[in-house]
Amino acid sequence: MTLAVFTFYVFSTIVILAGLLTVLSRNPVHSVLWLILAFFTSAGLFVLLGAEFVAMLLVIVYVGAVAVLFLFVVMMLDVDFAELKAEMARFMPVAMLIGVVLLMELGLVFGVWNFADQAGDLRQAVTPSLSEAHNTQALGEIVYTQYIYLFQAAGLILLVAMIGAIVLTLRHRPNIKRQNIVAQINRDPAQAMELKNVKPGQGL
Amino acid sequence: MTEFFATNLGIALIIIAQSLALIAFVMISLLFLVYGDRKIWAAVQMRRGPNVVGAWGLLQSVADAMKYVFKEIVIPAGADKTVFMLAPMMSFVLAILAWAVIPFNDTWVLANLNVAILYVFAISSLEVYGVIMGGWASNSKYPFLGSLRSAAQMISYEVSIGLIIIGVILSTGSLNFGDIVRAQDGDWGIFNWYLWPHLPMVVLFFVSALAETNRPPFDLPEAESELVAGYQVEYSSTPFLLFMAGEYIAIFLMCALITLLFFGGWLSPIPGLPDGALWMVAKMGFFFFLFAMVKAIVPRYRYDQLMRLGWKVFLPFSLAWVTFVAFAAQFGWFWGGYARWAVGG
Repeated sequence: MTLAVFTFYVFSTIVILAGLLTVLSRNPVHSVLWLILAFFTSAGLFVLLGAEFVAMLLVIVYVGAVAVLFLFVVMMLDVDFAELKAEMARFMPVAMLIGVVLLMELGLVFGVWNFADQAGDLRQAVTPSLSEAHNTQALGEIVYTQYIYLFQAAGLILLVAMIGAIVLTLRHRPNIKRQNIVAQINRDPAQAMELKNVKPGQGL
Repeated sequence: MTEFFATNLGIALIIIAQSLALIAFVMISLLFLVYGDRKIWAAVQMRRGPNVVGAWGLLQSVADAMKYVFKEIVIPAGADKTVFMLAPMMSFVLAILAWAVIPFNDTWVLANLNVAILYVFAISSLEVYGVIMGGWASNSKYPFLGSLRSAAQMISYEVSIGLIIIGVILSTGSLNFGDIVRAQDGDWGIFNWYLWPHLPMVVLFFVSALAETNRPPFDLPEAESELVAGYQVEYSSTPFLLFMAGEYIAIFLMCALITLLFFGGWLSPIPGLPDGALWMVAKMGFFFFLFAMVKAIVPRYRYDQLMRLGWKVFLPFSLAWVTFVAFAAQFGWFWGGYARWAVGG
């Protein structure tokens, strides 16, 4: 067994265990921590595949940002997870269905079955070999040059989703006092206060 | 002997030895950085600072480390024990891990990754977990508030650090630290560095680095006047030492990053003088001096001001800068100062 194969088995075992514990652990914060371990170890699997750019992006985006937000929400929300768990049996068939669909898709990707005759050639054509370009370069070539319109369309869809989320949650409340930093900085003693000469015993 | 070092076992031994050498360098410099930090801070406030243990107090950090290690570890009764102990270890180990890709000289690098800068960015984005886990596992209000603040703060400033780094990557055309430094090489010494074309970003990066490592004036996660000591309240002895060491190592890493990205790494500032690791270490020391001075001089920010600075000032500015650099590099404006991929990459 070579070192790469050994590492692969170590990583995949950890991924599967961490995935299971994500579902099984009682404490929701522990669940998220196991999920983070699963993400991190799958990044290790990507490195083994030679896709170091994707691995780093997985860590930066999923572990560094998305999972932090998960953790945030789980820590702050006071949800009774035991009650939610009890309802799990009801949704089990749907979950199984999704699982089976995902499994079949994986089978299609790795299997020899092709939709069209030229599908195999097309798949080969877009990826330059590792000796010609680093995978950062290859990915940039594909995403920003060959598929720029699709990439931009995906970006627009995300932008619309973001605007939607903002519109749904934005509330304009009247009568709040906001700090205006520019006005504060531009204020000087001459504008801000007035000196009055008060005569003794008379008051204002 | 040389045949032995070509076998798998030999290569593994060499890698372990190199890693140990790097960790030794980081740990020893850590001892003197903490001492230097306290001395500089004291000098600004016209105090003497540590001056009892060893000559001029040089061994103060060693004495402190011993004290921390020999104290009793207190775990609060309501704490989540596993996560509580895991948090300081995580923040320490991650802080050390990032050093694997930092080059000290042209070939002196432990792991010459071609995505080195992304690796550092990924590891430093993980460092927030030590803080969050520590604050949550303590099962206490102040640590929890501190960890929430820290998480929001680190994510906010990571965005601007990422955009600043993208500017440098665009100029270089490579994600490798070696290529980034070599792209700053030239006949004019200091005037070839990225310092000049990316001048506004140097300032932004420095301030973001302060916020990212929770240093004053952005040390709100551990603001002692509001939160006692933030996420570290319940920690004592060795776990506390690990948190503190992790924090200082992360600061030193930021000094190394500024040096590599904008100040030419191991390149000599004066044309004619030899390049070398000494320059790298000297520049890192200089930036640590700046970090220490900022701690001594600048008063602490308010939390909403910190968020405003991150999202409403730094983010738009660095985003606009990335666009500018993209155009300048593509069309070769400013005598090709922004397009160095021919030189380095």
